Amino acid sequence: MYKVILEELPYLLQGVLVALELLLAFISLGFLVGAVLAVMRVYGNRLLVLLAILIERFFRGVPAVVLLFLFFYGLSGVPPFVAAVLGLGLRSAAYQSQIFKGAIQAIESGQMTAARALGMGKLKAIRCIIIPQALRLAIGPWSNEFASELKDTSLAYTIGVIELLRRAKYIVSYTYGNNTLLVYGVCALMYLVLVRTGNVILYRLERRLAIPGFERREEGG
Amino acid sequence: MALTLVIEDIHKAYGNLEVLKGISFGMQKGDTKVVIGPSGTGKSTLLRCINRLSPPDKGQVWLEGEEITHSKSNINQLRAKIGFVFQDFNLFSHLTALKNVSIAPMKVMRMKKKEAAKLAMEELEKVGLGDKADAYPAQLSGGQQQRVSIARALAMSPKLILFDEPTSALDPELIGEVLEVMINLAKDGMTMLVVSHEMGFARSVADEVIFMEQGVIVEQGPPQQLFASPKQPRTREFLHKITELYGEEREKGN
Amino acid sequence: MTDFFHFARASLPLLLKGTGVTLQIWGWCMVGGTILGLLLALGRVYGNRAIYAFSTGYIELFRGTPMLVQMLFIYFGLPEIGVMLTPVIAASVALGMNTAAYQAEYFRGAIQSTKAGQMTAARSLGMSKAQAICYIILPQALRIVIPQWSNESILLLKYSSIAFAIGVPELMARAQMIGYSTFRFFDAFLIAAFIYLVLTTVLAQLLDMLAEKVRIPGQEGR
Repeated sequence: MYKVILEELPYLLQGVLVALELLLAFISLGFLVGAVLAVMRVYGNRLLVLLAILIERFFRGVPAVVLLFLFFYGLSGVPPFVAAVLGLGLRSAAYQSQIFKGAIQAIESGQMTAARALGMGKLKAIRCIIIPQALRLAIGPWSNEFASELKDTSLAYTIGVIELLRRAKYIVSYTYGNNTLLVYGVCALMYLVLVRTGNVILYRLERRLAIPGFERREEGG
Repeated sequence: MALTLVIEDIHKAYGNLEVLKGISFGMQKGDTKVVIGPSGTGKSTLLRCINRLSPPDKGQVWLEGEEITHSKSNINQLRAKIGFVFQDFNLFSHLTALKNVSIAPMKVMRMKKKEAAKLAMEELEKVGLGDKADAYPAQLSGGQQQRVSIARALAMSPKLILFDEPTSALDPELIGEVLEVMINLAKDGMTMLVVSHEMGFARSVADEVIFMEQGVIVEQGPPQQLFASPKQPRTREFLHKITELYGEEREKGN
Repeated sequence: MTDFFHFARASLPLLLKGTGVTLQIWGWCMVGGTILGLLLALGRVYGNRAIYAFSTGYIELFRGTPMLVQMLFIYFGLPEIGVMLTPVIAASVALGMNTAAYQAEYFRGAIQSTKAGQMTAARSLGMSKAQAICYIILPQALRIVIPQWSNESILLLKYSSIAFAIGVPELMARAQMIGYSTFRFFDAFLIAAFIYLVLTTVLAQLLDMLAEKVRIPGQEGR
């Protein structure tokens, strides 16, 4: 029985790679779009704020799998991986923008005032003064979000992305369901290891980047 | 004459730091004793040892002949007979003043709801807060909160009330109302052990003042005698510092 | 445009049936999950070493693995050891066990943020530990936890959609079915998306009203 696992390990590990690729891609998309949305919400005029709010509301209020299917069927001909990156990415953007918004707003307004007083334009002040501080504040909540997104890569299997969970399903089905517990168990274990590792790395990163005096979050979440 | 409270050779250490190094004294019914001394000398710890909120490492405590420190004692029943007033009031923030006072009689003494409410109202009126029965702690001033907490302790008909620096967390103008309640309690014959810096209070109602320093009782005696002519040099030193700090005027005024 | 509305009108009955199942699963797993979460939290705060270890292990496991994997494990894997559950029950159990792990951490945080003096005061009046927890600590902790509990329940409403993967005929599954029979997948899912939006918005409103109702006068921003 256990032979199955040993034989299929490389296949499963490839799935891990696919999942990590997917994660990297959509989190980066989410990061960029999320940052833009956050800046829109905090510094934008009424129209921009409204637009940002609508986008956020939609992508946070609709379940992930529904979004995945919307992008998959809405953009015909697009490979599942791309649809997944878009769907999960924009959803991630909505969540990340909340985190960034919170971090930006936590930086006291005096920072912006001081920057303007020195002659910096609004955008420059945002880029050079606000964002570097906000990013550090954001690391804590962002780490929680990261773990959540990592687990959500498993949802991409529903539109055909052949990541870790899908491969586990394949193995289960062609071994006629004799190893279900074992295979899913190993699959779960792999995710667990990934999540833990991710948390540890992010925690170390947070400590490295911490500015003395800034608030820190506790490990373990 | 049977003693209400007997404390014998209490020792308590936190890690390596020995806070209480052998405290012994007794109290009769109706006694009011005030413990004074520099901060951090274990006065609060002593009070918590008495009702075993912090179990003593060594030594015994008896309440009306029953040993509190015995491992087989029903500690909840015994605690119900000892009132405790905290420096930070510790009112239950999710309950109204009335419920704060009535909850323990209901849950610990198993009083019926109506009876407990009636009793709570009486106690609140005794401390002058009958009109605040439906207020929540967050809506009350510090002095009012402390008075409610005294009412809460009284509602259990305790044999003894322990006061842990009851006025130290209060703004100066609110201290008076709490001391007034305490003075009336003492005059009504409640047995009280008070840790406090309020020398005026000690002077007017204490039967005995106990000066503690570094975990031991340095001197004890009636207030007139202790304040006017302290026997120990350390006592004199402490009293000198206190009068400097608080000012003679304030002491006399209280 | 009008064609879309006709399609929407035609699909609505089936989708609403699915919504009913969604709410059913959600209801079960919220109830079960909250109770279990509370027990786990109490175990972590007040329990002995064994209980603490068990709770912690449970929480780590369910928070560290994807919900979908847990659901597949329970539905497809448990029959191997003789436990066969219907899709609806399996989904409710999986979601419930998952949310319990998250809620346990929220409850634990809330319990530990009640001031230490509350327990001390309760004990000093002669209450037993159990009485103190029941009448003093929990009423306060439950109020503190409301924002996170609300978030979690909205999240769960959305995640109930993954139950389609094990054949539960809830909203998402119905949309897919309509897609298969009309080939209008995008439209079907779009309508489903809007139904989810309505559900989550309504739920958020209701929870806000609940929070307002149990707020203790005088206490701001807890």
